Amino acid sequence: MRRLATDTLIVAERNLVRLQRAPDLLLAFTVQPIMFVLLFAYVFGGAINTPGFDYIDYMIPGIIVQNIAFGGFVTALGLNEDLKKGLIDRFRSLPMARPAVLAGRTLADVVTNALSTGVLLTTGLIIGFSFNASLTEILAGVGLLLLFGYAFSWVFALLGMMVSTPEAANSVGFIAVFPLTFISSAFVPVESMPAGLEWFAEINPFTIVVNAMRALWLGAPVGDNTVLGAVIWSLAIIAVFAPLAVARYRRTASR
Amino acid sequence: MRAIKTTTSSGPAIEVVGLHKAFGDVQALAGVDLEAQPGTVLGLLGPNGAGKTTAVRVMTTLLRPDAGTVRVAGLDAVRDAAALRERIGLAGQYAAVDENLTGTENLVMVGRLYGASRRSARRRAAELIERFDLVEAADRPAKTYSGGMRRRLDLAAALVAAPPVLFLDEPTTGLDPRSRLELWSVVEQLVADGTTVLLTTQYLDEADRLAHRIAVIDHGRVIADGTADSLKDRIGGERLEATLADPSQTASAVEALAPMSDEPPGAGDGVVRVVVRQRNGALVEAVRRLDEAGVDVEDLALRRPTLDDVFLTLTGHAAEERAEAQRRTDDRPEEVLSA
Repeated sequence: MRRLATDTLIVAERNLVRLQRAPDLLLAFTVQPIMFVLLFAYVFGGAINTPGFDYIDYMIPGIIVQNIAFGGFVTALGLNEDLKKGLIDRFRSLPMARPAVLAGRTLADVVTNALSTGVLLTTGLIIGFSFNASLTEILAGVGLLLLFGYAFSWVFALLGMMVSTPEAANSVGFIAVFPLTFISSAFVPVESMPAGLEWFAEINPFTIVVNAMRALWLGAPVGDNTVLGAVIWSLAIIAVFAPLAVARYRRTASR
Repeated sequence: MRAIKTTTSSGPAIEVVGLHKAFGDVQALAGVDLEAQPGTVLGLLGPNGAGKTTAVRVMTTLLRPDAGTVRVAGLDAVRDAAALRERIGLAGQYAAVDENLTGTENLVMVGRLYGASRRSARRRAAELIERFDLVEAADRPAKTYSGGMRRRLDLAAALVAAPPVLFLDEPTTGLDPRSRLELWSVVEQLVADGTTVLLTTQYLDEADRLAHRIAVIDHGRVIADGTADSLKDRIGGERLEATLADPSQTASAVEALAPMSDEPPGAGDGVVRVVVRQRNGALVEAVRRLDEAGVDVEDLALRRPTLDDVFLTLTGHAAEERAEAQRRTDDRPEEVLSA
């Protein structure tokens, strides 16, 4: 266990140094969401009716959740690159804790996710977002975000080892996750959707997490168990995808 | 990190018996036996796709064998995999270094993942940087390194824990001649210090120069095994090569030289090759015969068989030709596990 913790930190450190040296990825994952915030706020904002909320207040939790789900892309791309370059072979031939390469990756994502959430939130505050919450609720919201982002990092860890190129990781991840974030309450009230989509949107974990964020940050009247539900969803995703990803790593091979 | 070089047992450093491994329908290894004594180099020689990399991957615990036993440094590669990883170093076909980390940072990371403290990992990294002539580049990201420097860094990373057994999978593929020579002398020095090395290569001169024993591998089987000299002896006598002034005289030259050998002469590109029965007087006899047949000769030479000849005789195809042809059509490594 101690070995796992040490090795995980060594790998996380390596990945963070890398982001610092080659910040293009980090930049892409920050600039793009800022662009989305501005587009949604000023292009769609006037046309979408969100009863009880200012559209900017409504949309910011949604876009932050969407953004954090995509934070795990860094893991998918990085693992895929490591596989290609033979680094995974090297790691697997070392006497290190088996899950550490993945755990270190996903842990590094938490740091980058925190950074990009900070950037987005600042952008939101500049264009008029305002909290209706206590400091504890704000921090609980940040905690939930990071947990949910961490869960998705494990999904992307598995994806990164399953596809053959970073480009494939990019398109598969985008195609799988992007619609999921849109068929949810992230940007529009689900009641405005056609019946089939509304049904899906209501059970979509993104809706649950976004609603939980609105409950925490805006005091939105959602069901009592929404925050708990969001936490359980996040833990369930980790419980399923972390073992799958580690199992995949154990028998993976460079290509 | 251990300082002990040799294993507790006095047995072979590498012992592989009846190794099988299949990927789907493809039988990558079909019963491979290998043995290397401590402090020697075992060369695994064969073209792309022969199974060399699969064998290395099993011996370094990256792949589980379907059947057979693999013992390295006295440890079983399946049962004692975790302990074995502390006693081996692996440098692969690609220089497996993190491009965004500096040379020093790469080595420190690997050292710490071997379980060393940050301080002793730093000390060891500095030693290796010095030894591999990377001092000036030590604090630059590895992406600024040349191909040869990357390979040196990769090899240094494999040596961080001073492992008693070192696996080098095609360590010089794609290197320029000077870097190749440098790498060869590093390997020779390591072996002189007592390290056991398993080296895969598709370059015959590399195996000839470095390996104490050579296992020739093709289609997942060891088709010959021994010292370079014994392999050469096994496939018979000296080669006589006549380079013709006029390639159109090839047929006459073949006819003239055929009686000197038990095998039909080979010919191509204006060169006629004959495995001669008798070394003594062979040159004189060849000159006489070619002269009688009216064939003009530009060059005539008698040479010991090379490992190329070994390969050609044993497998019916040249090692490098096939490897080259494969590389052109498919530049990916051999066993690609599909997603």
